[in-house]
This record gives sequence, structure tokens and C-alpha cells, in this order.
Amino acid sequence: MTTALLLAASKVDVAVFVVSAAAVLIGALGVIVSRNPVHSALMLVMTLFGVAVLFLAQEAHFLAAVQVIVYAGAIVVLFLFVIMLLGVDRIENLAEEPLRGQRPAAVVLGLVALAQLVFLGGAQWATGAEAVAGSSAGPGSNVETLARVLFTRYLYAFELTSVLLVIAVVGAVLLAKRQPLPANNLEGLSQDDRTSAAGSGSPPHSDEGLPEEPATTAEAHS
Amino acid sequence: MSLGGEWYLTLAAALFSIGAVGLLVRRNVLVMFMCVELMLNAVNLSFVTFSRMLGDIGGQAVVFFVLVVAAAEVVVGLGIIVAVTRRRSGATADDLKMLHG
Repeated sequence: MTTALLLAASKVDVAVFVVSAAAVLIGALGVIVSRNPVHSALMLVMTLFGVAVLFLAQEAHFLAAVQVIVYAGAIVVLFLFVIMLLGVDRIENLAEEPLRGQRPAAVVLGLVALAQLVFLGGAQWATGAEAVAGSSAGPGSNVETLARVLFTRYLYAFELTSVLLVIAVVGAVLLAKRQPLPANNLEGLSQDDRTSAAGSGSPPHSDEGLPEEPATTAEAHS
Repeated sequence: MSLGGEWYLTLAAALFSIGAVGLLVRRNVLVMFMCVELMLNAVNLSFVTFSRMLGDIGGQAVVFFVLVVAAAEVVVGLGIIVAVTRRRSGATADDLKMLHG
């Protein structure tokens, strides 16, 4: 009876692994062969969901939830925002090769990397002491165990991530801020660079022009 | 019983290789970024697998930090892409040679 249950559970595990592994690999291949960046982003979602299922299958419940929320929910949406915002969702011509022989070289290098990863690890997949940072089985659920180790052993690292996030936010705001181009910066550029820069960069007066707009709309309303 | 860890590690290696090949092959900066995400996910998967094989919660804690760093990296990277594309629309990775000093 127990053996039958184990066998059944094992079959379910194998089925879950095969299905999610297929989703992961198909999604990953889809990311790199899609000609449209939007399709790449959607294929990335498939891969991320597959990885989340694999996390669940390995008892990492918290990380599976965070994977779906942060990766599929936030990061991919950010990607799609940028794709749509920049209007770069045009079809890329994959037939034209940027560099002669780059594609075969890349594929060969990828296969070499795969062979190294598989064969060097093949003999002993995981060596080392068990449960150094704390047992993953620990008392309580997976969330409790992870929280306990995050707030004790990895407390300083956890605090540093908050600093990292603040720096990232400040950096993103600074990078995305539209700054008027100084005139002498345009000297070194070629003619079409100059026109594209002038077309895309806002004139320096646009910010001062903003407060006038509510006044005109107010007039229109009155 | 759960499946042996070597299956997951082989899948992670395959995922990492696909991401690396994509990073080398594609010229669209956004797709290259997605390939970096693929590689990060492969590493996350192997960390979780090691965590299960060794019965150690530390692997999952590291994945948590990788997630945070990946989020920060994506935010800053997309900011750079927006800044570059605003100045020069349709920029591919090859066009970024204009960034040299």
C-alpha cells in the first residue's frame, strides 16, 4: 500500500517535472528565437512560471510565490512597458548576421558550456556539509524557516538589499529624467545624429511651459 | 518521493546555456536583457535544488537575494535603455559603440 502510494507520488513528481521542464525549455528557446520582443517577453513569462512550479516541487513555497509575483508580475511587466513605451516592438530581421560566423560560434560555445556544467558536475552533484545555515526542514513552514534565517544569519545582507534598492530607484529616476542637451554636446555628432537628438530630446523650455497648460484648460472650462 | 536533484541541475544547466547563447546571438538590447534573466533563473533553480539536496535553507536565502539584485538590475538597465533609445531610436547593441570615450 505504502509502496503503491510512493510509486504514485513519484509518477506525479515525474509528470510535474517533465511538464514544467518542457515549459521552461520551450519558453527559453522562444525567448531567443522570437523576432518580436513582445513575444520574447511572453515566452519569458512561460519560463518563469515553469521555474516557479519547479520551486514548488522542491518545497520552496515562498520562493515560488515570490517568483510569480516579482518576476512574472513586476519584471516582465516592466519589460513590456519599456517595449511599448519606446515603440521598439518592430520585427527584428534574424536572417542578417551581425558578425560573420557569430551564430555558429555562439551555439558551439553554448554547447561547450552545457557540457562543462553537466560533465564536471556529473560525478558528484552536491558535496559539502549538510544544513550549515540551518535545516530547510526546520520547525514550522518553509516561510517561517526562511524568515528565521533571513532575519538572523543574513540580517546584514538583508539590510544592505534595502540600500541597494534605494540606490537603484534613485539611479533609475536620474537615468530616465529628460535632460536638455547642451548645445556644445552636439558638435561631435554627425548630421543625422544631430537631427535625431534634436527630435527626441525636448527643448529646454518645455518644463517651463508646463505650468501654462492648466491655465489654458481652466480658461477653456470657464 | 521527489525526483533526484540531478534532473533539476541538468535542466538548470540547459537553461543557463540557452540564455548564454541568446545573449551572444541577439542584438536587441531588451532581448539580451531577457536572456540575462534566463541565466539568473537557471542559477536560482540550481540554488534551490542544492538547498533541497543538502537540507540547507541557505540556498533559498541566496535565491531571495538574487531576486532583489535582479530587480534592481532590471530597473537600472531599463533606465539606461530608455536613456539611450531616447537619444537614438532603434539602437541595437552594436550601435552602443557610440558610448566609447
